[in-house]
Amino acid sequence: MKRAGFATRWLPILLLLPQLIIIAVFFYWPAAHAVQSSFYLQDPFGFGSSFVGFDNYTDLLDNSEYRRIAWFTVVFTVLVTFFSLALALLLAVKADKVIRGAKTYRTLLMWVYAVAPPVAGFIGLIMFNQSWGPLTRLFEQVGHDFTLGVNYNDTAFAMVLVSVWKQVPVNFIFFLSGLQSIPKSVREAALIDNRSASGRFWDVTFPLLAPTGFFLLIINITYALFETFGVIDTLVKGEPGNNPMTLVYKVYVDGFRGNDLGGSSAQSVILMILVLALTVFQFRMVERRIHYT
Amino acid sequence: MKRVTLAAAAASLLSGAAYAETEITLWHAMGGALGDTVNAIAEDFNASQDAYTITPVFKGTYEETLTAGIAAFRAGEQPNILQVFDAGAATVIGAKGATVPVQDLLSDNGAGFDIEDYISGVRYFYADTEGKMIGMPFNSSSPVMYYNVDALEAAGVTPPKTWEEFQSVTAPALKEAGYVGLSQSHLPWIFTENFMSRHNLPFATNDNGYAGVEGTKILVNNNAIKAHWTAVTEWQDQGYFEWFGTGWGDNQTPFEEGKVAIWLGSSGSFGGLSKKDLPFEFSATYLPYWEAVTKEPKQTFIGGASLFAMAGKSAEENKATAAFFEFLTKPETQFFWHKETGYVPITEAAYELAKKEGHYEAMPAAEIGIKQLSLPAGENTKGYRMGFYVQIRDVMNREYGRILTGETDVETAFANIEKEANGLLERFAKTQK
Repeated sequence: MKRAGFATRWLPILLLLPQLIIIAVFFYWPAAHAVQSSFYLQDPFGFGSSFVGFDNYTDLLDNSEYRRIAWFTVVFTVLVTFFSLALALLLAVKADKVIRGAKTYRTLLMWVYAVAPPVAGFIGLIMFNQSWGPLTRLFEQVGHDFTLGVNYNDTAFAMVLVSVWKQVPVNFIFFLSGLQSIPKSVREAALIDNRSASGRFWDVTFPLLAPTGFFLLIINITYALFETFGVIDTLVKGEPGNNPMTLVYKVYVDGFRGNDLGGSSAQSVILMILVLALTVFQFRMVERRIHYT
Repeated sequence: MKRVTLAAAAASLLSGAAYAETEITLWHAMGGALGDTVNAIAEDFNASQDAYTITPVFKGTYEETLTAGIAAFRAGEQPNILQVFDAGAATVIGAKGATVPVQDLLSDNGAGFDIEDYISGVRYFYADTEGKMIGMPFNSSSPVMYYNVDALEAAGVTPPKTWEEFQSVTAPALKEAGYVGLSQSHLPWIFTENFMSRHNLPFATNDNGYAGVEGTKILVNNNAIKAHWTAVTEWQDQGYFEWFGTGWGDNQTPFEEGKVAIWLGSSGSFGGLSKKDLPFEFSATYLPYWEAVTKEPKQTFIGGASLFAMAGKSAEENKATAAFFEFLTKPETQFFWHKETGYVPITEAAYELAKKEGHYEAMPAAEIGIKQLSLPAGENTKGYRMGFYVQIRDVMNREYGRILTGETDVETAFANIEKEANGLLERFAKTQK
């Protein structure tokens, strides 16, 4: 078999160049800059600076508050990812069965996707308003005095709820199209083999959905880590106080609110390493078990 | 609206062609009605002369405005004037070369400057080690005590002068009458910084941080303030005090709704409150103090923000900036600003004008802020200068929130604040080398 290839060496490089430049300008250059700043403590206006070695890193790791935020980030990411995926899968499986009015039904499930994170956060603020929020009232009915922005756990709950609500539609779209791409013949064969609907789901449908699920897992972890920023910022009204926050929000609080460039660069580098490790782990450990058809 | 802007743009283009006016920009953090007042002042300035045009630009919160200003400065695109709030003072004043001291700017451009023209409470907060004024105090405020007149009457009490009176007389009577006694809107500002000032307690070593960044340590972990906080938690348990979160508005709303009888807010909140048509009569008085700590309560710090002339601008533009500052400190401008917003007038002359115009006869509460800032001064009332103070405030907010939700106790919280604040101060000192 003849291998297709380029005649000259320079053409492929030339074709790759635009993409490489974009990556260099928007990723490698800022990343290198962040690594460099993380070894300095510098005046925000850029007048003075001292080289401090790994001090910015050791200060962070010694700080119990930073560890607490890191732990919250883990819990938050697991909860948001799990519930966004599980709810979306449930809805997709149910929507897949609907025949009459399917389009309307699906559109209704999807349209939250169009809501921007800060708007979602703002809706959360309204729902959980301390004096008249409908969800606050609901919690009152079951005897819990829900205080957004005052109680740590209540605020964490609201953050998870709003973030999940915002993410379910995206997952729903992918799961639904994943379900619809499962060949009818496979389903019919399964129907003969197994009468239990849940048994068929776990033995046949779920493994066939795995590529979609794996892709969504990565997307959702990234979402929970990074893109929930707008939700968090809105829910704490820009004043973190005693509220929970994620590592990304902490980078913003220290860097953009507090103008501590060294400390916040060190945090970015730590995040970068974490995400890199996570991605390698996912591709090594999880993807091996997935069969693409 | 659009047409008006277009017309204005056209007009400024035309006039620009005719007179070649010097254009300067002001970046500020005054949203809503405050922003409208800033725009009105800018328009008045532009109309008052033909040589200069100022364009105010709203940049978001105080923190966002400062960050935007810093980023712009590093890119060489800084505005002529940047509004920086109290907590950012150390950052902007520490960066020598980022700003032109307002005192130099005014004297160099023949506008004249005498620090004695300013009311005593605002003179040195934005000054350097030698007492030279670096930033022009703009929206100066101080925390004052607002109270619901109807509620206090119903409870048969008068506004408390001391915290002792509040906890033994005022709060129990208010509770009896069906009110929560107290809420406040900014724990680091009201229950920490101004607690120090009111009781004339040192807030940091090195002359409250003014003498230099090297070795400055916070003195927040002291018995007087811990006793105060222990009392606050007791008030909370007894239903005399309620905390609604770190956000400013969360704590102001229950007062406006008539649920809370006394609210500690900013003297700058006065304008907004009086425009709101509340269902009850409200008034204001001085921030209470602990008689157990001092028999001679002092003035408070100015909060709010001040205007800094950014460095790296042409002499022509600096002249325009000086002219704007001069316009801003005119008694008429100050009185207008004071009347519209509730922020205090920063010069003695403006204060005299407000008195002469009878502003306080109709609304005595409007005078509280400036009167409190003019109370006797002490060695610790001129201000404080600590770097990374925005983060120090965040640490305070976090620990105070934990005290008030029962997650931690006063002793641990203050030990944490002291430790983390000192860590931040040490880090800040390294940025200044």
